[in-house]
Amino acid sequence: MTDETTARTSAASRRPPARAIKGLSDRAVGWIFVAPTIFLLLAINIFPLIWTIRLSLTNYRANRTTAEVSWVGLRNYERILTDPDIWNAMQATAHFVIWTLVLQVLIGFTLAYLINKKFKGNDLWTTIIVLPMMLSPAVVGNFWTFLYQPQIGLFNYFVGFLTGADPSSFSMIGDVALAPWAIVIVDTWMWTPFVMLICLAGLRSIPDSIYEAAECDRASKWRQFWTITIPMALPFLMLAVLFRGIENFKMFDLVVQLTGGGPGSVTELTSINLKREAFEKWRTGYASAYAVILFVTVFGLASIYVKALNKVKER
Amino acid sequence: MSFSVTQPTSRQKWFAGILVIGYALLTILPLLWIIATGFKSPSDAIAYPPKVVFEPTLEGYVNLFTTRTRLSPEALSEAGAPQTWYDRIVRQYGMVISGPSRYGERFLNSVIIGFGSTFLSIFLGTLAAYGFSRFRVPLKDDLMFFILSTRMMPPIAVAIPIFLMFRQLGLSDTHLGMILLYTAVNLSLSVWLLKGFIDEIPIEYEEAALIDGYTRFQAFYKVVLPQAATGIASTAIFCLIFSWNEYAFAVLLTSGTAQTAPPFIPTIIGVGKDWPAVAAGATLFLVPVMVFTVLLRKHLLRGITFGAVRK
Repeated sequence: MTDETTARTSAASRRPPARAIKGLSDRAVGWIFVAPTIFLLLAINIFPLIWTIRLSLTNYRANRTTAEVSWVGLRNYERILTDPDIWNAMQATAHFVIWTLVLQVLIGFTLAYLINKKFKGNDLWTTIIVLPMMLSPAVVGNFWTFLYQPQIGLFNYFVGFLTGADPSSFSMIGDVALAPWAIVIVDTWMWTPFVMLICLAGLRSIPDSIYEAAECDRASKWRQFWTITIPMALPFLMLAVLFRGIENFKMFDLVVQLTGGGPGSVTELTSINLKREAFEKWRTGYASAYAVILFVTVFGLASIYVKALNKVKER
Repeated sequence: MSFSVTQPTSRQKWFAGILVIGYALLTILPLLWIIATGFKSPSDAIAYPPKVVFEPTLEGYVNLFTTRTRLSPEALSEAGAPQTWYDRIVRQYGMVISGPSRYGERFLNSVIIGFGSTFLSIFLGTLAAYGFSRFRVPLKDDLMFFILSTRMMPPIAVAIPIFLMFRQLGLSDTHLGMILLYTAVNLSLSVWLLKGFIDEIPIEYEEAALIDGYTRFQAFYKVVLPQAATGIASTAIFCLIFSWNEYAFAVLLTSGTAQTAPPFIPTIIGVGKDWPAVAAGATLFLVPVMVFTVLLRKHLLRGITFGAVRK
């Protein structure tokens, strides 16, 4: 192999330093590299998005391809924004997003803080904690229905063991009051390690010298925590919140398999609600408008948040 | 080792260690429980209180891979003695194996679509990442942001027109359709991660190669690619895991020939509430990912943040 390389290099070195490709500027070569990706994304992301916007202005139904399609203008949007079902879905989503973020940030940061104490074997335990995060959410949701079974479920047994309650007296996914918490618990179990990993990177990025200086100034540990640790880890924490916020706003697979949106519609998050409209009721035009509203919401919230994040980073 | 005020005391280490290990054990428990349930008999699986010690059996796995029919005792005795160990397991319940189940096919679909889309997204992603890293591409920042923003769309929102588009093009429920779709979804990850990895390779190597008379493309695959190999490998594993886990598109766009395992596994339960078979199916599907996660642990952080945090 080495011989081959040297042979080629020496053969090549006899030629004068070559330009990239005859007649092609660097800029053109750059485009050749980038173009296939952009093309595929335009075909599978942007084209469908434009199509969605177009459909959202019609009363098209994908299960009746022969029916006449007419323009309805902004009527779909108007109906969505005044539909109480959709506001319920929005509230369920808000409950889910806010509580998962609160719990994951608290537990994730605490774990990262503890792991950063560098006790023996912390690498091994970190790897174990991280495992749930990489698994298929749909399959995870499915097997948690087993753990949540009244009486036979491990979760119910565990809670019964700790609190003395009868394990068959409550059903996490069958009870209207408990189901919204059932999905929060599973998501927290699954994604806390994500927040933890990012926080750990943040904590490890703080140079020891800052703490040493604070120690010289006789700042208490408590004060050091609030004036050094938290502000310096904050950009990382905010990044974790951004990722989890977007992902949980879009949440579909885990919750569909866990509760299917039930009981009733208490855990029917916007994505599940949207799927019902689009692929069960087949109100394609209406669902397209719904999709556009969701996309604009995520995109808008994320942009505002990124601006805030950049400000924190600049400090 | 010199004394440092920033070093935690050994008592702090003990305290932190015990809390973290406690959390780790709690978090791993559901996973161990699923793996164990796969080796239980149906009655052990639903026993109360939950059985920690049980007699392991492969019933769940046999039920996972086969379809069975119940026979009358006369028909059973006519069928002769059971030939294999799995026949024997099924006979206990007065049944015979009537054929393979769909699980094998669905698992194979996951493998084909997973590897196909990973290969494509790495191929396109590496090219694009190199282009963005080394050339003055017009509107570079906007394009990079555009690529990332494709990840923000809720899958269900894009699924409507893709469903219609695939129906028109005859791509519904085909491997090719799913490979293209997963490639498009994975590109944001692969371009962002790979650009980070390529940015870290000093440009001087390529300049030296160009002076030696290499063309741009030669410099790319003889100098840059070998240097980026580790980065490409870990990006590939992330893409593979994503395609492997994906559910929303799979459940909406596939039903038969190209259906992957995630939409299929929940249907294993059937009317008989066969939890061991479900657990067996989940175990076979999840364990490979756990192994990959352990292998990837050094690059995990970078992968999950699209290269935003590099440690």
